[in-house]
Amino acid sequence: MRTKLLALAAALLPVASLAAGGGAHLDKANVDISNRASLQRGAANFVNYCLGCHSAQYVRYNRVAADLGITDQQLIDNLMFTGERPHDTMRIAINADDAKRWFGVVPPDLSLIARSRGADYIYTFLRSFYADPAKATGVNNLVLPGTAMPHVLWELQGVQEAVWEGHVDAAGNAQRHFKEFAQATPGKLTPEQYDGFVRDTVNFLEYMAEPAQLKRRALGFPVIAFLVFFTLLAWALKKEFWKDVR
Amino acid sequence: MMASTSQPASGGGGRLGALTAWIDERFPMTALWKSQVAEYYAPKNMNFWYYFGSLALLVLVIQIVTGIFLTMNYKPSAADAFGSVEYIMRDVEWGWLIRYMHSTGASAFFIVVYLHMFRALLYGSYQKPRELLWIFGMLIYFALMAEAFFGYLLPWGNMSYWGAQVIVSLFGAIPVVGDSLMEWIRGDFFISDITLNRFFALHVIALPLVLVFLVIAHLMALHEVGSNNPDGVEIKKVKGPDGIPLDGVAFHPYYTVKDLIGVGVFLILFSLVIFFAPTMGGYFLEHANFEPANPLQTPPHIAPVWYFTPFYAILRAVPSKSMGAALMGLAVLLFVFLPWLDRGKVKSIRYRGPLFKFFLFSFALAFVVLGWLGLQPPTPLFTNLARLFTVVYFAFFLLMPWYSSVDKTKPVPTRVTYHAH
Repeated sequence: MRTKLLALAAALLPVASLAAGGGAHLDKANVDISNRASLQRGAANFVNYCLGCHSAQYVRYNRVAADLGITDQQLIDNLMFTGERPHDTMRIAINADDAKRWFGVVPPDLSLIARSRGADYIYTFLRSFYADPAKATGVNNLVLPGTAMPHVLWELQGVQEAVWEGHVDAAGNAQRHFKEFAQATPGKLTPEQYDGFVRDTVNFLEYMAEPAQLKRRALGFPVIAFLVFFTLLAWALKKEFWKDVR
Repeated sequence: MMASTSQPASGGGGRLGALTAWIDERFPMTALWKSQVAEYYAPKNMNFWYYFGSLALLVLVIQIVTGIFLTMNYKPSAADAFGSVEYIMRDVEWGWLIRYMHSTGASAFFIVVYLHMFRALLYGSYQKPRELLWIFGMLIYFALMAEAFFGYLLPWGNMSYWGAQVIVSLFGAIPVVGDSLMEWIRGDFFISDITLNRFFALHVIALPLVLVFLVIAHLMALHEVGSNNPDGVEIKKVKGPDGIPLDGVAFHPYYTVKDLIGVGVFLILFSLVIFFAPTMGGYFLEHANFEPANPLQTPPHIAPVWYFTPFYAILRAVPSKSMGAALMGLAVLLFVFLPWLDRGKVKSIRYRGPLFKFFLFSFALAFVVLGWLGLQPPTPLFTNLARLFTVVYFAFFLLMPWYSSVDKTKPVPTRVTYHAH
């Protein structure tokens, strides 16, 4: 009995580790926060598709407007829908207890998701939903197996199915690996358009995880230029003082 | 101010001279400036390794000043801490810069201090008559570790939370009193709001005060015995007719201008991190710490920040937790006894024999490798490697009385080696 249990545990181990770590190969998001048009599209995608369930409680609407080069009126017309004021942060109306009842988990706040998980992770995650009738949401995800999140973007992407390939390992157990996705029903967007849509959205997430990065890199160059000048000056001063030391 | 006070008051005329004289009658300003700076003679042959003392002082000042400004907006409560850090990062004017200076400063402090300590090992700066200078330095290092540990909880990220959990639980390995000690440290049965509050108090006032007093003691001891140098020669032994060491130069202006170069290069590297890689790929600010503390969910892989990982690797190398914790404590504590473990007749690596060189460089290698291993998940291979390098680490200290006394040393010159530029 005990050996059987151990064998079962050993057989489940790879599955468990895959579930814990995700384990899927991550595609490069190649986001570029200096691309303002992409950020603006991403902001619109974010408020339309994500902000229903996910908050971004540290992100202020008018800061986004200022950083993305849009006016307060454009902000109110295009990005704000539920009567917030421009200086509010992106909070949501869903009560945490309700969310827990509906999804099993409270959808995480996304303010910092790009810093905690990385852009590549989110980019791959949003493109890795596949039909799985065993799940209540009808979908599963290769990056985060068993995710409680429904495929919110299914209308855009369409439905894809996962194609698996199998082999029998040395111990005689059947193993399966993901091979590729197959498009079951087309979406409103072509696969290329969908990748672009996700890239813009992730770009916005990357920006909003650290709005200061727009300024940070630009400020780095003059600061370092000054410090190089300062160091050369210090070096010349030292040389002058030390020339009599024998 | 410095330039004006460097002129002796007696010769100075005018209003400034009168002011200096007025102060000097009431406070030994000019006397202190002379004895500690303008007429403190340091060996003229101090090299690259001697930049890190003044740099450690610079980082201490950066940490204190940025820390004061962070405190103005940070809220030490479990409900608000994480949000207040994001408030600093987003809504406070220049808050992101102050925060990155402080978070990068923490890692920079350890880099600078580790290089400063390695310098002492290279040139035997802990040897007689500098034992107390070395011990004050080690106390600074211990206070710095405590300061870093308390500070790391404050952002209240998930790695803050679980890192604190792991480190506090080490005290639980102490027999009999372990569990009560853990409760006493946390002030609660788990890491909580109460723990955060007390860690904040310790981080912003208790340990900074201890650090500043220890730094003063460290500098006083240094100025009493005088600086060592890469030759390990006591410059005070050869003085000119004026009583000034022949191989010494006045700290000001010679080393103040020289240290400015170090400051410049350091600030360039420091700024490169702050402006272009503030998280340093997850080593200075860890990814999991951008999620708020969650007592119900551990991060996928808990590791302390890089500056503690050599000791963490030693802890994990031992199968028994209490033995591991004891060995880890010993790994840190053994530094204190170096002045008495070292039986060598010469100070500097330049005149030491092959045995000392072998053990010192294998120790340095072990420290770096253990630091790397402490960041990795503990696979069987890595655990065995950590065991090997733990042995190397301890061999440096425990075999030192033997290898330092039997080693074949070279003759030490009476004067320092110096090539004018």
